[in-house]
Amino acid sequence: MDADKHFVVGIFDDEDVLLKGIKKVRNSGVKIQEVYSPFPVHGIDDALGYKKSRLPIAAFMFGMTGTSLALLMQIWMLGYDWPMIIGGKNFASLPPFIPVTFELTVLLSALGMVGTFMIVSDMKPYKWPRQFDIRSTDDKHVMAIDLAVNAGKSKDELSRILKDSGASEVNEKSFD
Amino acid sequence: MQVTSALRDPLVTGGKTVKDVSHDISRQVEGKPTRLWWMAMAISLALLLWGAYACAMLLWHGIGMWGLNKTVGWAWDITNFVWWVGIGHAGTLISAILLLFRQRWRMSINRAAEAMTIFAVICAASFPAFHMGRLWLGFYWALPLPNAFGSLWVNFNSPLLWDVFAISTYFTVSLVFWYLGLIPDFAVIRDRAVVQGNNIRAQVYNALSFGWQGGAKTWMRYESVALILAGLSTPLVLSVHTIVSMDFATSVIPGWHTTIFPPYFVAGAIFSGFAMVLTLLLVTRKVFHLEDYITIGHVELMNIIIIVTGSIVGIAYITELFIAWYSGVEYEGYAFYNRVSGPYAWAYWSMMTCNVVSPQLFWIKKIRTSLVATFVLSIVVNIGMWFERFVIIVTSLHRDYIPSSWTMFYPTWYDIGQYVFTFGIFFTAFFLFAKFFPVINMAEVKSIIRSTSEKA
Repeated sequence: MDADKHFVVGIFDDEDVLLKGIKKVRNSGVKIQEVYSPFPVHGIDDALGYKKSRLPIAAFMFGMTGTSLALLMQIWMLGYDWPMIIGGKNFASLPPFIPVTFELTVLLSALGMVGTFMIVSDMKPYKWPRQFDIRSTDDKHVMAIDLAVNAGKSKDELSRILKDSGASEVNEKSFD
Repeated sequence: MQVTSALRDPLVTGGKTVKDVSHDISRQVEGKPTRLWWMAMAISLALLLWGAYACAMLLWHGIGMWGLNKTVGWAWDITNFVWWVGIGHAGTLISAILLLFRQRWRMSINRAAEAMTIFAVICAASFPAFHMGRLWLGFYWALPLPNAFGSLWVNFNSPLLWDVFAISTYFTVSLVFWYLGLIPDFAVIRDRAVVQGNNIRAQVYNALSFGWQGGAKTWMRYESVALILAGLSTPLVLSVHTIVSMDFATSVIPGWHTTIFPPYFVAGAIFSGFAMVLTLLLVTRKVFHLEDYITIGHVELMNIIIIVTGSIVGIAYITELFIAWYSGVEYEGYAFYNRVSGPYAWAYWSMMTCNVVSPQLFWIKKIRTSLVATFVLSIVVNIGMWFERFVIIVTSLHRDYIPSSWTMFYPTWYDIGQYVFTFGIFFTAFFLFAKFFPVINMAEVKSIIRSTSEKA
């Protein structure tokens, strides 16, 4: 992570200007590090060229794990390990196992998906984020451009591109 | 791209900007608690203390302290349990089902409603936990662990065990959903604390926000997680009260053994839940000056849901009566004849008045847009829904198959004390939440402010 220490940071006031701005910046051959917003902006993932999240697949896999574990547990416990006669019913019959199976499917799916989200997004309670601009959680959209990644362009050139794309302010930010 | 509709009224009034949202909502977290808040907190803690005494006695002497007898083996405990679980349902309906239906008005009320869900489920869970007598062993008995008497497992054929799984899953998933929504808002408070130079607050809220930064990629994943959680919570919330109703419906007691119970209980749950959301939000909006965020429009929409669910509940009551007669089953017929005209008729008719008649007043626009009327009726509905559960449970039990065991149920101070205890937990938790957590989802409200604010 040595490379990304010096950034040019563009501040945008409005989400529509931001969306157009992202396209302009990318069309002029600049690689955007990330855009930070106080709220989810619709269409920003397409504008930045992000691929669709694969979290739904993770949720499905965790859910299926829950279904299988719940069924295995119930059939094994009541069907094989300790069969009990309850109202003369079969030892292992499916219908009474449905509620617990459903609940465990939902539980594992939800917890597994949120856990995966936390891990892939690198969210930890003891982590202090690298803040490009403190207002990015309040009311500004903040576009960070890494100078090392865009080595072909000078700071001034990048500032000019950002200004032309609708940024209300352009700052520099360095991290040590 | 934002779509601005000329036909819809603004969801947030007062010409708020994105910056105003951060300020208005974070302000109450940052400031010193008001005198009103301390007063509310003192009352809640007093209730909690009184209740804690009753609960300590219950643990020490056992649940013989309740007014139960051989005929009426379930009364206030399970009534209160079902009542509290039902109240929780509105939070999930607002946050999950209305999200799937893209109802954006939910955005200013979902946070508080979900908090209410979580606290209500805690209150509900305390009743079966105490009913097991030895609280510290209860959790162990209820889980599928090989127990001390050999490798004997829990009974997966029992609706009471389904309840354990349903309620604990519901609690966990609601908590995760609620917390996920709080993460970006904690980051707002952290960054404001950095600007204000309050280092301790910045550190605390940073830890709470898991170092949230709000990058576009994280937001994209966050939205996909929220949508799937909503999709999972929707069948989950319907399953919870369905399973609660099966505690009764799978029995052979006349008055309980009916297939109408699952939909009827779910509708009743949403009905009482919305009433409780209204009671709490009308107070919250006043205390924290959130009139621009929780508008009369919100109140009116919630009252419309109350009319709909209240009418479903009314139809269910009438269907029960009709089927009791039409089925020709003598015992079923008597159970309902006894409900309507027996010694508990006063409870039955209170339920009918509060749940079926009173919400119909909301057809009148003047009443459903009046804050005072809404507040009063929301409490009336909650009383009615408590009576509904009491009527179903106690009137079905108190006239046994053998007339010599016919009896009445009288609550003791410990029944009442434990109910008061749950009110203490509920209000203490809610007031703590309202002070230290942002009561309105800032990120969501900000995302709609451009298209729905008056300034546009």
